[in-house]
Amino acid sequence: MKTKVRVKKDFYMSFFAILLGLLAGAVLMAVTGNNPFEGFFYLFRGGLMNIERIGNTLATATPLIFAGLSVAFAFKTGLFNIGGAGQMLIGGLCATAIGLTFDLPKPILLTMIVFGSLIGGALWASLPGLLKARFNVHEVVSTIMMNWIAYWVIYYIVPQYFKGPFLETESQRIPEAASLKVPWLTELFNGSYINLGIFLAIIFVVISSLILERTTLGYELKAVGYNRDAAEAAGINVNRNIVLSMAIAGALAGLGGATFYVGFASNMQIGVLPSQGFDGIAVALLGANSPWGVFAAAVFFGLLHTGKGFMNAMTAIPPEVADTIIATIIYFAATSVLIERNWDKIKKINFAALLNRGKKDSLKAGSGGEQ
Amino acid sequence: MVDLIYQLFPYAIAFTIPLLLTSLGGLFSERSGVINIGLEGLMLMGMFVGAFTISQTEAANPGTAVWIGLLSAAVFGAIFALLHAFACVTLNANQVISGIAINMIASAVTVYLARFLTGSGNVQIIRGLSRQTIPLLSDIPVLGRLFFTQSYATTWLVLFILAAATFLLYKTKFGLRLRACGEHPHAADSAGVNVYLMRYMAVIISGACAGLGGAIFIVTLSGEFNGTAAGLGFLALAALIFGQWKPWGILAATFFFGFASTIANVSQVIPTLAQIPGIYLKTFPYVVTLIALVLSSKSSQAPKAIGEPYDKGKR
Repeated sequence: MKTKVRVKKDFYMSFFAILLGLLAGAVLMAVTGNNPFEGFFYLFRGGLMNIERIGNTLATATPLIFAGLSVAFAFKTGLFNIGGAGQMLIGGLCATAIGLTFDLPKPILLTMIVFGSLIGGALWASLPGLLKARFNVHEVVSTIMMNWIAYWVIYYIVPQYFKGPFLETESQRIPEAASLKVPWLTELFNGSYINLGIFLAIIFVVISSLILERTTLGYELKAVGYNRDAAEAAGINVNRNIVLSMAIAGALAGLGGATFYVGFASNMQIGVLPSQGFDGIAVALLGANSPWGVFAAAVFFGLLHTGKGFMNAMTAIPPEVADTIIATIIYFAATSVLIERNWDKIKKINFAALLNRGKKDSLKAGSGGEQ
Repeated sequence: MVDLIYQLFPYAIAFTIPLLLTSLGGLFSERSGVINIGLEGLMLMGMFVGAFTISQTEAANPGTAVWIGLLSAAVFGAIFALLHAFACVTLNANQVISGIAINMIASAVTVYLARFLTGSGNVQIIRGLSRQTIPLLSDIPVLGRLFFTQSYATTWLVLFILAAATFLLYKTKFGLRLRACGEHPHAADSAGVNVYLMRYMAVIISGACAGLGGAIFIVTLSGEFNGTAAGLGFLALAALIFGQWKPWGILAATFFFGFASTIANVSQVIPTLAQIPGIYLKTFPYVVTLIALVLSSKSSQAPKAIGEPYDKGKR
């Protein structure tokens, strides 16, 4: 359905946003008296220099892929899911609860964790979907409220039922059998955080792409996103699709929460909204809401997050420069409407002609001087 | 029970005030038609600038450092809000995404600068604002004890700002124009109002209010910047919606939220309150906001043109 021009345009816009984000990071480094080239060198080296670091980059990217897919999926139906952070927390809570409660062989336990977190996230997100469909409550506001409800639910539930042995502020460590980490993968990547979550992520990138491009469901969801009234007139049940879209978005984020709390990490901290929920918005924007675009953008952000610690160790640059780059990318992605609107004009600029004209002008100016 | 209320009241008010001011800031922005999800980030910027300024100047001039800090927090909040205004008004950007970007930029840049300038992600101040008992008024029975003992000067400043903001929005030409930009910008434009300018001013005011609100939280309650506004900005946003985009509604909403949060914060220390599970008290503001949104879905008081970039050419 997507034409080649459209893909090319998306690519250029993401490219501009990344470029401006990196530029903002460079300015911040330079203003604070650091060498940006050195900073970027260590930032990228930190994410790529050996097999363990590459594993960590992929492990960091895993929840981001899910968070990005979640935002992108809702976007397709014209909904803005800011609730990724809360849905991740609920998915993570379901996964942790299952992992700490049941004593079962690893394959069965992991299957339960995957489905538990999917369902938890889906239910959590379908409430804003219902409120939108039934009462026309704006999903941006309701998902923000749901984020903070989830934040406080975790804050009180975890210490009450799953308190760790040492600290009030974290849950017990999940047992080996409940972790998405598996020995062969950890060894293959030299002890990195990488876990089965990355395969789940790839599977769900493919599934999302298939649902959106090849099924009636995907067609209906997108039709609602393009033009709600036209979809209604064509006999599509708009309200049902809104709830469904939010539920799927929540399921993706919930599973992302599982890959973070029982994959990357081994316990849950209270009092933290996972930043991946918001980074997911940047991932979706940068990936132009396409599943494989999301995958690529998430790996890029995973690289920045993995490299920032190494950069901080090798230079005096605080690691938050990576977060600044991501935040700036979101800012410029928000303003990309401007580029989009003038795209036809930008495309028409014939750079060769421009150069020639420049030469002619300078010749003219030269000859004018002689007269 | 009565003693308990007397005990809690000063804390509840201290918690309400930064929320109230930030929410009022949001009121200006949203009434002019610009959604401001960036309140959390604007508050955080105020917290950082306030804490940093005070920590650097309090040794030299202990008496005025707090006020210099508050002033600079408001100024930097306003400057930082320009970024949101530029995206939303000049570039016609998506206001929600821009607001999220503001939050993320604030939490990254403030911690970056804190580490660079002080060597640590936390900035502590030694002396905050002290509580004062107002001589004559505190002798009034009941009310005197509730409102005029152990109050902060900032409380009175913010209540004054509330009154001034109400007057400005509802009794002046400026306020009428600002509200018109949020209801029907094209009509305002054809009546000779510069919609772009009004929206810029509204967003800048919201930045100053949120920045000051964040710094007030530092000097009255927390005493340190630690890289997060802990959802206060979102609580202010909830209060703005629960208060139905009206100054007095916002006052009532922020006071409710402030009281609920205070009870939740101290409930473990005070036996009478320990029976109420904290989870209900802490989620209360968000749940009632959702309920309020459902109840008001038929007759929402939200500004009509909220979230729409103003495009002169479109009719």
